[in-house]
Amino acid sequence: MSNRDAQIEVLQGTLDLMVLQTLSSMGPQHGYAIAARLEQVSGGALQLNMGTLYPALMRLEQRGMLRGAWGTTDTNRRARFYSLSPAGRAALTSERRSWERMVAIIQALINEA
Amino acid sequence: MTSGLRGLREWIQRLLGTVRGGRPDEDLEEELRAHAALAAEAGTRERRSIDSALEALRDQRGLPWLDALKSDTIFGWRQIARHRAVSAASVLTLGLAIGATIAAFRIVDAVLLRPLPVADSDRLFYLQVSYVDSRGEPDTREDFDYPTFIAYRDLLARVADVMVVGMSHPADATIGDSQQAERVLRQFVSGNVFGTFGLTPALGRLIGPSDDTAGAPPVAVISYDYWTRRFHQDPRAVGTVLRYGDRVFDIVGVSPKAFIGTEPGLVPDVFVPATSNTEALNSPGWSWFLIWVRAKPGITPDHVRQVLQADFDREHQARLKGFSSDTPRKTIEAFLSEQISLLPAAHGASPIQKHLGSPLWILMALVGLVLVMACATVGNLLTGQTLSRAKEMALRVSIGAGRARLMQLVLVESAILALGASALGALFAWWAAPAVLAMIEPIEIPVRLVLDFDWRLASFGAVLAVLVTALFGFAPALRASSVTPVTALKGDDARQSRRVIKSLLVVQMTFCAFVLFAAGLFRATFDRLSSQSFGLSYDHVLVLAANARNDDGRTAHWLQLADAVRRLPGVESAAVSGWPLLSQNGWQETVHGGDRGADGRPEYLLGVSPDFFKTLHVDLLEGRDFRQGDAGPRLDAIDKPVGGVGIVNVAFAQRYFGGRNPVGERVLVRQEKDVDAPLDIIGLVSNTAYRTVRERMRPIVFVPYSGVGQGTLLVRVAGEPAAFGQTLARTLRREWPGARMREVRPARDFIDTQMVVERLLARLTGSFATLALLLAGIGLYGVVNDAVIQRRREIGLRMALGAQATDIVRHVTIGSLVLVSVGLLAGLGAGVAFGRLIGALLFQVTPTDPVALAPPLAILATVFALASLPPAIRAIRTDPTETLKRE
Repeated sequence: MSNRDAQIEVLQGTLDLMVLQTLSSMGPQHGYAIAARLEQVSGGALQLNMGTLYPALMRLEQRGMLRGAWGTTDTNRRARFYSLSPAGRAALTSERRSWERMVAIIQALINEA
Repeated sequence: MTSGLRGLREWIQRLLGTVRGGRPDEDLEEELRAHAALAAEAGTRERRSIDSALEALRDQRGLPWLDALKSDTIFGWRQIARHRAVSAASVLTLGLAIGATIAAFRIVDAVLLRPLPVADSDRLFYLQVSYVDSRGEPDTREDFDYPTFIAYRDLLARVADVMVVGMSHPADATIGDSQQAERVLRQFVSGNVFGTFGLTPALGRLIGPSDDTAGAPPVAVISYDYWTRRFHQDPRAVGTVLRYGDRVFDIVGVSPKAFIGTEPGLVPDVFVPATSNTEALNSPGWSWFLIWVRAKPGITPDHVRQVLQADFDREHQARLKGFSSDTPRKTIEAFLSEQISLLPAAHGASPIQKHLGSPLWILMALVGLVLVMACATVGNLLTGQTLSRAKEMALRVSIGAGRARLMQLVLVESAILALGASALGALFAWWAAPAVLAMIEPIEIPVRLVLDFDWRLASFGAVLAVLVTALFGFAPALRASSVTPVTALKGDDARQSRRVIKSLLVVQMTFCAFVLFAAGLFRATFDRLSSQSFGLSYDHVLVLAANARNDDGRTAHWLQLADAVRRLPGVESAAVSGWPLLSQNGWQETVHGGDRGADGRPEYLLGVSPDFFKTLHVDLLEGRDFRQGDAGPRLDAIDKPVGGVGIVNVAFAQRYFGGRNPVGERVLVRQEKDVDAPLDIIGLVSNTAYRTVRERMRPIVFVPYSGVGQGTLLVRVAGEPAAFGQTLARTLRREWPGARMREVRPARDFIDTQMVVERLLARLTGSFATLALLLAGIGLYGVVNDAVIQRRREIGLRMALGAQATDIVRHVTIGSLVLVSVGLLAGLGAGVAFGRLIGALLFQVTPTDPVALAPPLAILATVFALASLPPAIRAIRTDPTETLKRE
């Protein structure tokens, strides 16, 4: 991999927020589309493998934040599409708020130094 | 939704995923393949393989540890089903041992551990006086008289609630309009008992302070148990009347269901106010109840005790002034050293607790040992099995199973066995606990214990199952987990496993020898107690006890009754005495004279009518029996001593006359302080026991029955005594309508009642010993058999070279014989120490007695021979050519 150094580790607990936000802005998506979107947004820095992404999706589904259902892609492939549930939308709002607070705190800390 | 709730939801989903399967593997795989295909289409390469991603998904779908447990359970069950014989033996062995343990616990719990269902039970205490008895042995008593209660109630008014808590006694009563007398278990309570206990009635009202005053209308409260049994929970029971003799009590209420009295083992039928026992209220020395106290808030029990002890000491100093001038110093010192103490009453206080307390703990301990033995036996069987599974374990290790994983595998299998055994044990305990209770039955009053299934029993069972699993599963699990492919192939592992098996065998043998030894001690105690001669015959003898007003005609009535009974067909002889010998009653007076001169000492006395000795088959050796008109030494109307006649036994003649014929001699018998009356000896009889079965033959002076105190009629019948009870009761009603019958019972009861504990211990430890032997036999067989199989080739070689059968047998058994000997020595050593500890429960047996040591040795030798026989025979039948050909 050429851009290995440029890759970053997914911060613990942030993957859920990324997935929820992606689905919120793009509507129902299958797993590959979510991964591709995150890679694109991060400029290739964030490359999720299947072993990380799909257990996370399953966990969110088990927590009642996502709903998964089989459908077909534009290229007529069968794929599992995930959509936000009302609980997921509520979770996204609160997660986003706490993320913003965290960012502000870190920012303040760094500025002080 | 909070994150905690979301986490819970995820966990439940994963639990369901484990139990029900969740999304199937194909579904997950299809999704991953779709992802890979989409990635390929877009020209990117997926780094993770589908397989490893699928593994991660599976872990997220369910709970991985639960998944492992599930597969281990399925695998373990298959293992158990495959080794059907070993599994069945394991479950049966453990089941019996667990059942015996639970049964023992049920009884220990019901008698000793269960807290009374009353308010602040941990602040309740009962009073106990410690004293030194006439033989110099320390003893305790818990019963008090009413004047003492009044004194203590006033003394402690500011620091504690003081209560009369009676000892339940059977009494004859009639209920409602019924003329039929019924026996009810009656308990006297002071008016503050129910209030202090914080009880609310199931029906009507309970006894209150206003009911417990002189002159209050007599009321009674019946127990829930009695209400159910006698009245079938009819609410009209309240308002019914209850008659004791000429006293009429109104039933005013039913006590709550949970309250089963204050004496575990006895459930009273009726509670009545203490003041209704009118004759006893002003009788110092008539002790008929326990005193319970509850310290007031902020007062320590020790403070209450100090207040009591100070008063107790004052009172003793005062009483000392009434002692005879010739009272020995030792007696005075013993009297002044008496102590009063507070004992916790949170678990109640009953004679059954006092008598069965330590025997029950001993039984519990022995049953625990048997359980450990059972665990060792099953552990051995399973270790043997893991031995044969070494290859399977090695395979698991080579494909990457960790130590913990292998241990879990074996432990899960053990847990399944333990579960089966627990179920079997619970069934066994259900049956066994009441059967054990039936053995305590001959105590005068039927024993009733609450043996309900409750959380106490359930949690005990659960803890037991876990413990048992750990105990027997641990050795094989440890063995299994230490398997490495290399050792498994080389066979080192087998050697190590055999070491585990051998050390477990030593443990088994130690415990087996110990249990066997203890059982032998209790058996010998019971045998010696029951086979000893009491100097009298109680077979075919009935005892009738009756109450009558204390008047001058009493003696004549008793003697007339005896005459009337003597004329009945089927009666061989009849006599009256104050109480039966061996009824644990006693009467002692100081006797002077004979060779001992003025050196007086207390001796047993008993008032008996003519024919007493004939009725009990006691030999009259010299002189004559009593006749109508004989009288004993006594005080006359102006308290001047008057001489009388008496008959003494051989022990008395030994002590006072050096064994000479004492007939015609005279001794002095103390009548009151410093006043003696002469007694002329008119007869000599053979020795008999007096008070208890454990007492040796002591000097006794028999005097003519004078009707003072109690009275009983002894009747020797030709046929079966039990059938004669009704006739006796009828005769009493006809001949002496003024008397009220207390009871008729076979005289043999007086002996049996005193050996209840010994019988219980002998029988139960006997069955534990049988179980222990069976377990030891199984263990031994396994080890010897293993030795034979292991050395098949060697044996074949030896036989081919001309070894004798005896050599072969010695060769295969010598190893286990050493193990057995080590265990035996350890077990017997522990047994001797234990025997010293429980000396008080033994009778004429000492732990180092050859009689006690020999049976366990002989029995274990026999078991060893029996268990080694089949494998030894197989060893000498080995066909050398066949074996060598196979190798």
